Amino acid sequence: MNEVPIPDAPPAMKGSPLPKPRKVAAADLLPKARFGGPIPWVIAILIALVVIAAAGGLALRNLAETARADISNAVAIQVLEPNPELRGERVESIVAVLERDELVRTLRVVPEDELSQLLEPWLGAGAASEDIPIPALIDVELSRPASPEEIARLQDALSAAVPNARVDAQSAWLAPVYGALAALQYLALGLIALLALATAAAVWLAARSAFATHRETVEIVHLLGGTDAQILRVFQRAAVRDAAFGGIVGLSLGSLAVWLLGQQFAALDSGLVSGGGFGWVDWAILLFIPVVGVLLAFVTGRMTIAFALRSMF
Amino acid sequence: MTNRADEIVKFDNVGLRYGTDPEILRDLSFTLFPGSFYFLTGASGAGKTSLLKLLYLAQKPSRGAIRLFGKDMITLPRERLPDYRRRLGVVFQDFRLVDHLSAFDNVALPLRLSGTDEGKVVKAVSDMLEWVGLSHRAEAKPATMSGGEQQRVAIARAVIARPRMLIADEPTGNVDPEMALKLLRLFEALNNRVGTTVVVATHDVHLLKKVPDSLIMRLNKGRLSDPTGALRFPPRPGGSSSAGSERSPA
Ligand SMILES: Nc1ncnc2c1ncn2[C@@H]1O[C@H](COP(=O)(O)OP(=O)(O)O)[C@@H](O)[C@H]1O
Ligand SMILES: [Mg+2]
Repeated sequence: MNEVPIPDAPPAMKGSPLPKPRKVAAADLLPKARFGGPIPWVIAILIALVVIAAAGGLALRNLAETARADISNAVAIQVLEPNPELRGERVESIVAVLERDELVRTLRVVPEDELSQLLEPWLGAGAASEDIPIPALIDVELSRPASPEEIARLQDALSAAVPNARVDAQSAWLAPVYGALAALQYLALGLIALLALATAAAVWLAARSAFATHRETVEIVHLLGGTDAQILRVFQRAAVRDAAFGGIVGLSLGSLAVWLLGQQFAALDSGLVSGGGFGWVDWAILLFIPVVGVLLAFVTGRMTIAFALRSMF
Repeated sequence: MTNRADEIVKFDNVGLRYGTDPEILRDLSFTLFPGSFYFLTGASGAGKTSLLKLLYLAQKPSRGAIRLFGKDMITLPRERLPDYRRRLGVVFQDFRLVDHLSAFDNVALPLRLSGTDEGKVVKAVSDMLEWVGLSHRAEAKPATMSGGEQQRVAIARAVIARPRMLIADEPTGNVDPEMALKLLRLFEALNNRVGTTVVVATHDVHLLKKVPDSLIMRLNKGRLSDPTGALRFPPRPGGSSSAGSERSPA
């Protein structure tokens, strides 16, 4: 061919806005569409750890809620009265007060021999007698979980009738347990935050090293009129692909661990532990973790590259 | 006085230094006019490549003002640069082909970056590769190509999007004289038929004689010599000649 090939006029003429970046070009700008190396696996490990930490946090929350539901609407009333006859009267007047209270749903006076049985391990057989006065006990189921103020009001009402009556809200002595459960949940949250930070750092390092590796290509693309947006898209896609891989592998590993642990605890068949059981909402939350991970990688990768591009002419 | 619409490049007291070195380009003031064919000559190390880098927006000057297409490039926001770079075709001295892309994809890059229809890309790139004699190397990666082949790919990539200004840094240094002439003909054709402004840096004085209507800029020790005023007056209409300008013998 001897004729000089004069190309057609370019589509972008003076004054017209730059055309939208094309997919073809973006796909070809980097030799690999992923950062590769150990990064996807690092992300997988981090995501698996997040899944396990989140599952632990959710199980603790479920456990605390179940326990609270069981306990917070139950109170016990003790009547300290050494004289057995008087004790019977006092119990009757308390029952009278309780039956008028709208907070009370059911009540049960614990029979004396049941109490003796309860105390036997501590006081010895037959000890619960005239010699050692034992208090009368009334189990009360409230119509709803009561606030500390309501418990205090109940206490006042009973004290007015019987000076020696004492209301034991069972939630009160469980407070330290709740405190511990809450602390563990915060620990799980803290762990998740740290793992998210580590994931962002991993993506940041990967994006920076990928940018350094492909700096020459980026410069050429710039000089040929490529826009920052076109370059960003390539790196962004690499970050998202690596995070998606890490997310899927991490979720699988993490869920497997959670499921296995769940089986172990279920085998214990303890009321308390089974209270931490997993519902579908909890599994849905775990499924959401890799999605957030990919989003995090997308944003981190984009910001890293955008920052690096700004230092170029 | 020249009016702004009549100039494509205007340098005003431009200086360039790398780091803390002394200035390697000093007090450059000149104007390039659209549709002209310029040779930039000077000994090796004179600063030809450095000047072209300023011209194709790869480098900011240490001082002075540079206008391209009537627009101040120093104060232009970053995001508007691609718009101007797309009007330029550049043959880099070291080619700067993208390693992982085939010859075809390298040549196609400017078209794809500017959003050209893929069908048109294939046709234009195929024609261009055929013309530079590289059809059979279309799928070859730069690492497997000879210096001459790489140079031809670089030239094909520079002209494929029909730039308003073509900037070529020693574009014939790696090819035989016959191919050099053929490539020069491509530049001339763009210059004559499309009105592309051409700037070719070369230390090969034989080349200067091959383009009859060319204007010559000479770099010496960081300064541009313009004994004949070729760089101050627009070429006369009807040709790129201007009275008193230094002519290369036809
Ligand atoms: N990136 C750089 N950093 C420092 N010095 C440079 C750089 N590029 C070029 N130089 C120096 O600038 C001078 C001019 O180089 P160059 O513009 O390549 O000249 P030419 O293209 O005419 O051979 C040379 O002395 C060279 O060493
Ligand atoms: Mg040079």
